[in-house]
Amino acid sequence: MVELYNFLAGPALWLTFFIFFGGLIFRIAYLYGLSRERDRVFYNHMDAKWAFQSIVRWLIPWGSVSMRSQPVFSLVFFVFHVCLLGIPLFLYAHNMLWEESFGVSLPSISDSLADTLTIVFMVCVAFLLIRRLVRPEVRILTTAWDYTLLLLTAAPFVTGFLAYHQWGPYALMMILHILTAQILLIIIPFSKLGHLILFFFTRAFIGFEMGGRRGARSW
Amino acid sequence: MSEELEKPVNTKKIKEILSANDSARIKTWLSICARCGLCAESCFFYLANNRDPKMSPAYKFKNSLGEMYRRKGEVDREFLRKCYDMIWGECTTCKRCSMFCPFGIDIATMIATARAVCNSQGIVPEGLARTSVNYRETGNQMGMATEDFIDTCSWMEEETGEEIFGLTIPIDKPGAKYMYTVNAREPMYYPQDIAMAAKIFTVAEEDWTMPSFGWDCTNLAMFAGDRALAGQVVKYMYDKALELGVQNILITECGHAYRSAKYEGPYFVGYQDGKPPVNVVHSVRLFYEYIRDGRIKIDPEKMIEEPVTYQDPCNVSRNGGLWEEGRLLTRYLCKDFRDMSPNRDLNHCCGGGGGYIPMGPEFKKRRMISGQVKADQIKATGAKIVIVPCHNCFDQINDLNKEYNLGVKVMSFKEIICETMIIPEKFQPRDEDEEEEAEGGEE
Repeated sequence: MVELYNFLAGPALWLTFFIFFGGLIFRIAYLYGLSRERDRVFYNHMDAKWAFQSIVRWLIPWGSVSMRSQPVFSLVFFVFHVCLLGIPLFLYAHNMLWEESFGVSLPSISDSLADTLTIVFMVCVAFLLIRRLVRPEVRILTTAWDYTLLLLTAAPFVTGFLAYHQWGPYALMMILHILTAQILLIIIPFSKLGHLILFFFTRAFIGFEMGGRRGARSW
Repeated sequence: MSEELEKPVNTKKIKEILSANDSARIKTWLSICARCGLCAESCFFYLANNRDPKMSPAYKFKNSLGEMYRRKGEVDREFLRKCYDMIWGECTTCKRCSMFCPFGIDIATMIATARAVCNSQGIVPEGLARTSVNYRETGNQMGMATEDFIDTCSWMEEETGEEIFGLTIPIDKPGAKYMYTVNAREPMYYPQDIAMAAKIFTVAEEDWTMPSFGWDCTNLAMFAGDRALAGQVVKYMYDKALELGVQNILITECGHAYRSAKYEGPYFVGYQDGKPPVNVVHSVRLFYEYIRDGRIKIDPEKMIEEPVTYQDPCNVSRNGGLWEEGRLLTRYLCKDFRDMSPNRDLNHCCGGGGGYIPMGPEFKKRRMISGQVKADQIKATGAKIVIVPCHNCFDQINDLNKEYNLGVKVMSFKEIICETMIIPEKFQPRDEDEEEEAEGGEE
């Protein structure tokens, strides 16, 4: 068990970061190369002001007509993303590990806040999962892979939560926590979760395609 | 369509098209759609068909173009036939869903690409296929001969000359400020539309001309999925404008013609910078400027008293950016303007766009069902007149008027401007004696 933990927290973690960042860079570089050749429309009408609006309006809660038309879902959707990015980045335990390994860290939030946010996050996941199951227009689009990704996204949080509270076998929980997080990070660049980065490009494009060229607001 | 089903599928050709369109945008869109379903509520097909989840925009692109890429072009005719119903029968490429998608996925562009694939296998609505033949043979969608077009113009010139003194319809006048292009159905079935435009240009003392070729600004090949032909069609117009050395191409009250000439045409032709070679202006914009600048004066006595609403054609408003001009112009002409909701760049398509009207009877029933959203919108305003600066919306709203007993009159801006504008003294018709007198007086 200890060897496995050491492996996951050591070489496997480095490999994960390598694949995660390398994968994202590779995907962007590949799409960039392709776009220079085939997406003239992207470059012809670039407009920073419209791109900025198009991105920011969709990053703030209820910033777009679409989000306002489904206020509950979009709030959950927003909180889900804030927790998803915020908890792992600002968790005290994570920052301690980074301080130890790299000598740098981010400011961290209190454990009790992290704990509450994790519960909030799990409620959001449950909401999104139920929405996928009950709304016909969402269910019809959903594949087994979509459920897998949603559950996989939740897995590091659930295992981390259990480990923190020492519910269940601690060592196993920690191993599962690291393992699921690593699998998730490795999958991100090669799946729809690539929207982590690609969101900014597609939003920028529709921003200047509809706004810069026509003055129509894509939010 | 029926005999087309028997033919084998040329997957080599499909693969070529898929590969040629495999851009960074399409790759990204197809791979990042998070299947959140937010686009569904934005689509009038979905809303009008009891929220059938199969009508959601994401379902439609995922199961047409998405599936074509997933199968790497190895598709059969049965599959393409299913796509046919989805991409022509359940989408007008109005682009409203792109405004509601968190990633701004341009679904209309993907549906248009799926149309190109189907078209390459001869799977295309007959009504649109017919116009493609006409465009190829005559340069216009209705197969009208150049002589007939010119005859129609001179006939209108003669007839309208009796109402407005000094009215002419100049043909191929080099260096004119505006080259006025029309929808082929104007010279074919509604020549009075050309007459009305001529009246407005005469009173505004405009320097304008009509081209003897390339006068049809419509581009149904764009909706049929024949991009090479779509490029050819729009190029007829560009080339004529360049040949005459005109300053602007002016588009009649037609929506998709504007989208084609100004936004998509340059890409069909292959211009690297994506810009038309001559500036493109829509009638709504020019008419608005005429009244704003006092070149045309509206008689307050003749302003429309009845409640009026304004139909935002998708390709004039959301895809053309002219929603404010349309409203300001309406307010110049009418006393009681009532807006629909939603409106402007978030308007709903009337159900006649994307080639739907020319697709003909095969699609009529579906067109009437999906049009319910627009019919309800119109009804809610209580308007008696709907101003519609688009030929396809015009037909659709006329059909909806009958289907849903809306009790409205559908009108173009041209018609209302001609009814309400003040004809200055010098354009007033004069009888022959007066003319002789005037001539005698000058001597």
